[in-house]
Amino acid sequence: MQGNDDIILSATGIEKVFPGAKALNNVNFQLRRGEVHALLGENGAGKSTLVKCITGAYRRDGGKLVLDGAEIDPRDTFEAQRLGIGTVYQEVNLLPNLTVAENLFLGRQPRRFGLVDAAEMNRRARALLSGYELDVDVRTELSSCSVAVQQVVAIARAVDLSGKVLILDEPTASLDAHEVEMLFAIVRRLKSQGLGVIFITHFLEQVYAICDRITVLRNGQLVGTRDAAALPRRELIAMMLGRELGDEIKQAGNAQASEGAVRYRFRGYGRKGHIAPFDLEVRKGEVVGVAGLLGSGRTETAEILFGAEKADSGTAEVDGKPIDISSPRTAIRHRFGFCPEDRKTDGIIGDLSVRENIALALQARRGWARPISRAEQDRLADRYIAALDIRTSDREKPIRLLSGGNQQKAILARWLATNPEFLILDEPTRGIDVGAHAEIIRLIENLCEQGMSLIVISSELDELVAYSRRVIVLRDRAHVSELVGEEVTTSHIVEAIAAADKREAGQ
Amino acid sequence: MTLKTALASATILAACMFGSASAADMTVGFSQIGSESGWRAAETTLTKQQAESRGIDLKFADAQQKQENQIKAIRSFIAQGVDAILVAPVVATGWDDVLTEAKDADIPVILLDRTVDAPDDLYLTAVTSDLVHEGNVAGKWLVETVAGKPCNVVELQGTTGSSPAIDRKKGFEQALSGHDNLKIVRSQTGDFTRTKGKEVMESFLKAENGGKDICALYAHNDDMAVGAIQAIKEAGLKPGTDILVVSIDAVPDIFQAMAAGEANATVELTPNMAGPAFDALAAYKKDGTVPPKWIQTESKLYTQKDDPMKVYEEKKGLGY
Amino acid sequence: MNALKSHLLRLAPQIVVLIAVVLLISLAFPDFLTLQMQNGRIYGSLIDVLNRGAPVALLAIGMTIVIATRGIDLSVGAVMAICGAVAAASITSGHSLVYTLALALAVGMLCGLWNGILVAVLDIQPIIATLVLMVAGRGIAQLITEGAILTFNDAGLIFIGSGSFLGLPMPVVIWLVFGIAITLLVRRTALGMLVEALGINRRASTLSGVSTGVLLIAAYILSGLCAAIAGIIAAADIKGADANNAGLWLELDAILAVVVGGNSLLGGRFSIAASLLGAMIIQAINTGILLSGFPPEFNLIIKAAIIVLILVVQSPRVRDLLAWFGRSASREAAVKQEVK
Repeated sequence: MQGNDDIILSATGIEKVFPGAKALNNVNFQLRRGEVHALLGENGAGKSTLVKCITGAYRRDGGKLVLDGAEIDPRDTFEAQRLGIGTVYQEVNLLPNLTVAENLFLGRQPRRFGLVDAAEMNRRARALLSGYELDVDVRTELSSCSVAVQQVVAIARAVDLSGKVLILDEPTASLDAHEVEMLFAIVRRLKSQGLGVIFITHFLEQVYAICDRITVLRNGQLVGTRDAAALPRRELIAMMLGRELGDEIKQAGNAQASEGAVRYRFRGYGRKGHIAPFDLEVRKGEVVGVAGLLGSGRTETAEILFGAEKADSGTAEVDGKPIDISSPRTAIRHRFGFCPEDRKTDGIIGDLSVRENIALALQARRGWARPISRAEQDRLADRYIAALDIRTSDREKPIRLLSGGNQQKAILARWLATNPEFLILDEPTRGIDVGAHAEIIRLIENLCEQGMSLIVISSELDELVAYSRRVIVLRDRAHVSELVGEEVTTSHIVEAIAAADKREAGQ
Repeated sequence: MTLKTALASATILAACMFGSASAADMTVGFSQIGSESGWRAAETTLTKQQAESRGIDLKFADAQQKQENQIKAIRSFIAQGVDAILVAPVVATGWDDVLTEAKDADIPVILLDRTVDAPDDLYLTAVTSDLVHEGNVAGKWLVETVAGKPCNVVELQGTTGSSPAIDRKKGFEQALSGHDNLKIVRSQTGDFTRTKGKEVMESFLKAENGGKDICALYAHNDDMAVGAIQAIKEAGLKPGTDILVVSIDAVPDIFQAMAAGEANATVELTPNMAGPAFDALAAYKKDGTVPPKWIQTESKLYTQKDDPMKVYEEKKGLGY
Repeated sequence: MNALKSHLLRLAPQIVVLIAVVLLISLAFPDFLTLQMQNGRIYGSLIDVLNRGAPVALLAIGMTIVIATRGIDLSVGAVMAICGAVAAASITSGHSLVYTLALALAVGMLCGLWNGILVAVLDIQPIIATLVLMVAGRGIAQLITEGAILTFNDAGLIFIGSGSFLGLPMPVVIWLVFGIAITLLVRRTALGMLVEALGINRRASTLSGVSTGVLLIAAYILSGLCAAIAGIIAAADIKGADANNAGLWLELDAILAVVVGGNSLLGGRFSIAASLLGAMIIQAINTGILLSGFPPEFNLIIKAAIIVLILVVQSPRVRDLLAWFGRSASREAAVKQEVK
């Protein structure tokens, strides 16, 4: 245990509530002087919410922030910057049409007789950048520099302005290997100067290459903070995706699920740049789980199966007959349904009522000329509001006013109303409260028992294990492994993901 | 004597010998604003006709409402070494440089239809109509026609703030002043369009006791008058009889209305600006007669007595 | 019954504003409300409002649907000019009335199809896509009329502009019937809901199986059709096609009508009836100004001032404030009642 005075930034008991969901729940986070600290977690785990609470972009609803021994309460990012916390984002938020020097000194240009002293500014800019081994003329326009150089300029500005804590939010997402190395060299130097660096990324190799400690968040909760050297990759993935290792839940019922005939068969199905060609078979009354890290091709798999993105290779069959799924409409005609991952942008029609949202897909399938009567819509809505326990004051309430879990249930209802035979659920339990969580899992199991075929994508491995008879493991936009029956356990899934990961790291 | 001066004097000699025939050898550049109205189209047609009948080689350039295009056209005329340039300037300012260039090249410039804010030694003359005078002619006709009887006049103005609207109103009011039997009771803009002319006339009729209190309509252009005539008819009154109609421009359609007895008089804004311009140019080329700086075109009054159908037939083909 | 009540509630602000504007004008000009029969047709300023407002009302019908899809159609004024010119050119070259009308309407729908393809297929922003035809359209119309006002004397075509049916001017009959027909079309079928869904969230609608591309194109075709009818009426009204001035700036009045009708420019929920009321509010103001006898220099200022006032009163903030005053007033009344 290191001494307390080594802590440069400490966040204790941070809480943040958004309408309908608790984004951060009693999260603790400590950053030491001279360390690079990775902040990891899946989408919606709360990484960016935590960072925004620290930089003042969000006002936290609870908890304490201590910087350099003094309690702080930044009202906005500028105040955080003044206090010593600088942030660099994936998309550089500098001004591309200004010069490098102007960007470095924007808002604090050296002045002479009230005018900007360009010569002095350029001189200081050169001095500032000299520490970064950057071969660039400070008078060039920022837009003509590479993204990596722009990143370094952004870092230089942030460090010069703030100088205590540097937050790097996915800085390497658009850099090549060489540029990443250049960036890491700079980060190591800053670290040696005693800066605390928070590093957010989803490249695990990079985490191990540069980070001293790792903090993992999941569902707005702190999973744990570990020394990177003492945390095997397998264990890290387990922390990010599921329960503790060894917690092997396996429901007997699912393991014995019927070995019925294959209903849906996809062969060599894929789309360049989205997902490599894969084979997939789904039986009647079967749940096929899809697991993988963020960016591994999970959502891409769902979109291509539903026709939201057109496949450019392979064939699809239902009951042995070839079908064409070139658009959601054709998929729906074959009784497919799809609950997308991003409810807000891809799922709900915010200003329409719960009733209309539930009736939408059925109405679209019937065509505009055959409207569902108001009475029928009311019955439909009432039935699913009761059946799925959608909590809303009445069916005419705009759906955007509902909580995340109830929105998710309404979208499920939208598909159930079409009487689907093949349902694709992308992260059905993300960002919703624990109660709704359990209800949706029960619903998935019920649907399966009724003979529906489902594909469920989830980063909650224990859930996947609970209802899936088979699990497809994805990595790097390709299907890399398939676990069936007895093999479906969290540890096997984690191993499959990590094995693939190691193979990649070894290359 | 150099060859050049010999040639020059030979030209002058020839010019003296053949008199008006000199126009026949002329090449004249014409920079037109564009074709934004029927009147403008008629002006272009008539300019071409006038040039042809005089044997002038006319180089035509359409500026599509842009001064820069006009300046470019004038420069290219200068480069081609034309004998004279006609310009219908789209705006009043910004002409000094290009006009100086023409002057330096000894090419006379004549302004058509509009004037510019430039020293008047930079152009030979300007051929324009007098907008105030047009309004005055219309007013005088009305004063004479009602002959002392009390008469309430409604006025359809042109686009608010435009110089034709301001000047035609001014000239009409001047003609009416001192004749207390004539009174302008309503005056509203009809934007120079038929649709608005009709709509505004409808409101005049409603506001003035169903039109029974209106004795005459004065419209700043014929198009508004044509729209207003329809409104008067739809209100159950006889235009031209129950309500006198006088307007300005003399476009073909108003002559049809006059022939039908539905309009009484119109004042011509002649599209033939080029005729007087070519006349002045010929005289200038012939013996150096310098024309006055402003040549005012005739604002001719047409009434139902002037065989409107014949005028209509004449004007129909001009591209109005 | 309940649906009717909520419908009236939706239209309440527009109805109140229209009544207020009409009362204001009749205060200054008492004859405004007088109606009389003349030559078998109703005659009066109120009828003028309905009649003169016909083009904007028709444009507002199409514009409401386009705006509901989160689009906008700036080309309607120019399409009016094109269709008016087409109708005039067709009738003067000896074609039958039926052929002429069909041709003009088809041209309007073709213009809409062009806009729709730019927006739905090529994914060009609606304001840019329709700007193309707004700029080019008037030129096309001028080519057809050869720069002049193309006059015609066909009694049938003129009847559309100035004839009457059941005592009402034809343009009024046309926009009323067309407005009701389109309202029934979108509300008695599922079109209305699908258009609203598309306007609120196009991607989610596509993923739910809504044919968003087809719907978008259809919305612009409808707008083109509305512009065609408005263009025919405008030409028939003055017995001539004026390519330079027909429909000039009317796209802005149509958008304003939709906004005064309380529809959001961000798309989604829409009410055609409210937009039509909006068009009538605007026309009532126009006619009122003409009757008032103010010098024309004041026309635009007065119109702008009244419209700003209407928009302020309709703004959510002020509405909340009024509702709050309303509640506290009724509370006070209740308290007084108790004291008694």
